[in-house]
Amino acid sequence: MDTETGLQLFPERASSVAGDVDALFYFLVAVSVFFVLLIFGLIAYFVWRYRRRSPSDAPAAIHGHLGLELLWTGVPLVLAMFIFGWGAKLYFEVFRPPKEGLDFYVVGKQWMWKVQHPTGQREINEMHVPRGIPVKVTMTSEDVIHSFFVPAFRVKRDVVPGRFVTAWFMATKVGEYHLFCSQYCGTAHSQMTGKIVVLEPADYSAWLSGRSAEPPAVAGKKLFDKLGCATCHQQDASGRGPSLLGVFGSKVQLQGGGKVVADETYLRESVLSPQAKLVAGYEGIMPTFTGQVDEEKLLDLIAYIRSLALPPAPAPRQP
Amino acid sequence: MSTHSAASYLNASHGIASWLFTRDHKRIALLYLISLSLFFALGGMFAGAIRLELLTPKGNLMSDATYNKMFTLHGVVMIFFFLIPSVPAVLGNFLVPLMIGARDLAFPKLNLLSWYLYMAGALLAVTVAVTGGVDTGWTFYTPYSSTYSNTNVMATAAGAFIAGFSSILTGLNFIVTIHKMRAPGLTWFRLPLFIWAHYATALIQVLATPVVAIALLLVMLERGFGVGIFDPKLGGDPLLFQHLFWFYSHPAVYIMILPSMGVVSEIIAAFSRKRIFGYDFVAFSSLAIALLGFLVWGHHMFVSGQSMYAGLVFSVLSFLVAVPSAVKVFNWTATLYRGSISFDAPMLYALGFIGLFTIGGLTGLFLATLGVDVHVHDTYFVVAHFHYIMVGGALFGYLGGLHYWWPKLTGRLYPHTWARLAAAIIFLGFNLTFFPQFLLGYLGMPRRYHVYPEEFQVLNVFSTAGASVLGIGYLMPLIYLLWSLRSGAKADSNPWNAKGLEWQVSSPPPVHNFDQVPTVTEEAYAYAPADKGGS
Ligand code: HEC
Ligand SMILES: [Cu+2]
Ligand SMILES: [Cu+2]
Repeated sequence: MDTETGLQLFPERASSVAGDVDALFYFLVAVSVFFVLLIFGLIAYFVWRYRRRSPSDAPAAIHGHLGLELLWTGVPLVLAMFIFGWGAKLYFEVFRPPKEGLDFYVVGKQWMWKVQHPTGQREINEMHVPRGIPVKVTMTSEDVIHSFFVPAFRVKRDVVPGRFVTAWFMATKVGEYHLFCSQYCGTAHSQMTGKIVVLEPADYSAWLSGRSAEPPAVAGKKLFDKLGCATCHQQDASGRGPSLLGVFGSKVQLQGGGKVVADETYLRESVLSPQAKLVAGYEGIMPTFTGQVDEEKLLDLIAYIRSLALPPAPAPRQP
Repeated sequence: MSTHSAASYLNASHGIASWLFTRDHKRIALLYLISLSLFFALGGMFAGAIRLELLTPKGNLMSDATYNKMFTLHGVVMIFFFLIPSVPAVLGNFLVPLMIGARDLAFPKLNLLSWYLYMAGALLAVTVAVTGGVDTGWTFYTPYSSTYSNTNVMATAAGAFIAGFSSILTGLNFIVTIHKMRAPGLTWFRLPLFIWAHYATALIQVLATPVVAIALLLVMLERGFGVGIFDPKLGGDPLLFQHLFWFYSHPAVYIMILPSMGVVSEIIAAFSRKRIFGYDFVAFSSLAIALLGFLVWGHHMFVSGQSMYAGLVFSVLSFLVAVPSAVKVFNWTATLYRGSISFDAPMLYALGFIGLFTIGGLTGLFLATLGVDVHVHDTYFVVAHFHYIMVGGALFGYLGGLHYWWPKLTGRLYPHTWARLAAAIIFLGFNLTFFPQFLLGYLGMPRRYHVYPEEFQVLNVFSTAGASVLGIGYLMPLIYLLWSLRSGAKADSNPWNAKGLEWQVSSPPPVHNFDQVPTVTEEAYAYAPADKGGS
């Protein structure tokens, strides 16, 4: 983001998908220019060539032409399906995160962005990320719907309260880029902005080590003990609640049949409204923790439960 | 052919009560014309305030809160109280009976009730505007609207809710009228395309409007009584609102554009003295648009967190709905071929419509394209796109129609040179206002931003400059049309030498339209001397 003024016509291109998005964008521009020239050209030619020469002009009727109708139904249809396919492929590329990558957490609230790094460092309205490493952002909102939008990365995702959404990007160019909230969220919507700072991986590590932090899983473990979760959830199945070892990512058998994949949204629901989905073989005795944990604490708890996923817990990746 | 201009619908009775309690579809059309013009002016003033504020990147004219109210009121007034009623309520009301050889709509009292409902809703909205405003955006997204906003959401939603019933009743009236009251000989395929377009529109009005009414009602329930429907804190689902809202509001785009397409068909035929090329295809494309239009609402939600597979389905359907629109554009263009084309003001608007609608439609493809929409969604690209459709399309059709049928409505002619000039100024001002917004959106400027980064300023200055040209363009018809009421030359029954039953009655028409119900023996647009047959 260089704050030069003057007429700028092309957005900065700073992520792995930006070039692909632009390619399709310019293809659409080309298609549009072609049809605009065609239609405007024909209209201009016809109205000039067939302008009224005498008030009594009575041109012969032309009813239509089946061949032409088929042509101008068929060609746009084929073209449209082609663009659809290309756009769909791109959509999955833009939204499906790669397996490897750094896990960031972002909480949106009126009117700021709270960011947490995989190693626990926190920032507000700024997000430092390394260049060349995929970054997966898990997001939720504390109040209304926001939207995480980084034009230079061609990435946007609505941040919806009550659920987790994910976006990902891989920055390709060191620099500072706008972060906008693009979903109208109330009075200071236009000031719910921030910047993404892309650093070389070594600089990023240096930046991280300059800031104190507690990894979210560690903070989560402390909360887990403090809130008394551990009294019911123990390492083995001896507690009143199920053991949480290996739960994350597994398929949980529910009471009354049915299975659910234990992802972030499921874990969140398990803590906030435990009665919504009961684990088979257990009673609904778990109290709700709504009000005791906010979105950020929830993220810590979830990070801890995630770290119990596959014994031994995977060490948090260092860039 | 009736010629007693002395007993026209305008001077058949006098006094304010003869207007407020009239059941004459033509007088009701004029009631709408007056009220809609006032609301258009109001909505335009809000737009002016927005553009003025955006001249500079900082917020130096008004506070954040005021700015948010400005764009909300602009959207609410323009969409619910101007664009949705515009062509059907004014021109449709006036012309549907005349074009099909009927003496009135099927339910004249219901028609009057529609106007009162519209006024009730509109006045509620005005009350909101002067008593503190509302700041949810015209889209009322939850949970902001239902829980967080502390402005006057209830009254605004109630206003839109009530106006919705006006729209439903008008639609119902048109459907029954078109089915039951066509003159002898006026078969479906002899109907003017204006009627086809209104028929398709009426179907959408009747089927889709109840859904937005329910959505607004649910917002009011959650807001007023804390019933958890949309706010996750109350156990609700915020995306549910978006589904309900767009289930109506995408088809509503077609409520706004289809009638204008009907107008354009009439004008193109009359001013090139030709039958519309591929009449059947143009007629059926209206129905295809109306039906497919119900299945694409999810294209507003590609980044909302709805399932990616739902995104695929909504995207492919959105591409399909583009095809019948393209068919219309090609057929209108082909109608010009070997015509006898004159350049009166209505024709300039119609040609402008085709051009701007083409641009609006093509940029719609960008938004239907999943991977590209992710970048341009909720930016100025979208703002530009829908103004090309809503202003360049729907409003150009409305203005074209108003100029085309003005002699019929009022019995007066307006100065043609001024009218042509105004059309040209509006066209230029429009493009200068909205084209830069495509670039802004691609650069990443989000919509509904009161303050914005400096690098976006130059394009915003262009846009604001364009808006002032556009404002002047809008003032011109206001002046010369009002002037024509007193001083314009008297119009005879058919000043454009056009086909269509409405041109066979005097200008302005007599109270009961036709002394004798006409019998139709030819198809619509039988301009060519020997062209009397079917299609
Ligand atoms: C009073 C005992 C009790 C306490 C305290 C308790 N839980 Fe539970 N928890 C249960 C029981 C019983 C279940 C299984 C029934 C159900 O699904 O609600 C459960 C289920 C869960 C599940 C779903 C596990 C699965 O296998 O699908 C999660 C996650 C969970 N609890 C997390 C927590 C966290 C985090 C805390 C502390 C904030 C906590 N629990 C506190 C009793 C408790
Ligand atoms: Cu926001
Ligand atoms: Cu839509």
